[in-house]
Amino acid sequence: MSETSILILMRSAPYGSSAARDALDAALTCSVFEAPVTLLFMDDAVYQLLKNQSPAGIGQKNLNAIQQSLPLYDIDRLCVDQSALSHRGLSEEQLSLPVESVDAAAIARLMAEHTHVMSF
Amino acid sequence: MIFSLVVQASPVQSQGAETALRFARALLASGHSIHRVFFYRDGIHNGTALASPPQDEANIPAQWQALAKEHQLDLVVCIAAAVRRGVMNEHEAKRYAKDNANLAPEFELSGLGQLVEACLVSDRVITFGGRS
Repeated sequence: MSETSILILMRSAPYGSSAARDALDAALTCSVFEAPVTLLFMDDAVYQLLKNQSPAGIGQKNLNAIQQSLPLYDIDRLCVDQSALSHRGLSEEQLSLPVESVDAAAIARLMAEHTHVMSF
Repeated sequence: MIFSLVVQASPVQSQGAETALRFARALLASGHSIHRVFFYRDGIHNGTALASPPQDEANIPAQWQALAKEHQLDLVVCIAAAVRRGVMNEHEAKRYAKDNANLAPEFELSGLGQLVEACLVSDRVITFGGRS
């Protein structure tokens, strides 16, 4: 078996469920165990990356704070499904971290390149 | 092949947990091995010892317990997810000053590191009940 690398699919909106936080917790743990991890934001998960979130009003912790810690954990490959962004009228400038924009073919390559894929 | 399963689905409200059980049985019947089943998010409710559905309905937590006994499966429940939701073993119940524990003895509480370790040693890791 080739060296383990983990692709985490983020597919859920930031605060409607715990998916975003649970996925980030899993990603940070991967990094602690020195397993290379890539995050791929698809569907409504692209909203997770918007700047200037203020979820205190609904009793949630701000995802931006955890996201800012990703580079410290050597998680610096954040990929975003280009079509998910454009379908929602969003652009990369509105996101809180630098991302790699990917199309359908590149997404297929990401899934093939990583030994393991987990979905949230 | 060595498989690990990640169960994010709770036992009753969605089909994912039962599908994971069926998949686990199919793996074992086909001669594959299961390194670990990791219960995360609402999937931790599969670990309760107290599930009591009507007799003519499937008791998924009890089926996990039976399968674990039969095949010595490593059933690991994410400790952070479980304690948040009030599923605890004796040790955690004591730590949080609760009167009772409710985790079935076939399950073990441990950290997310067990999920990553499962990825490191398994040829395939299959998630059930993701994206919810």
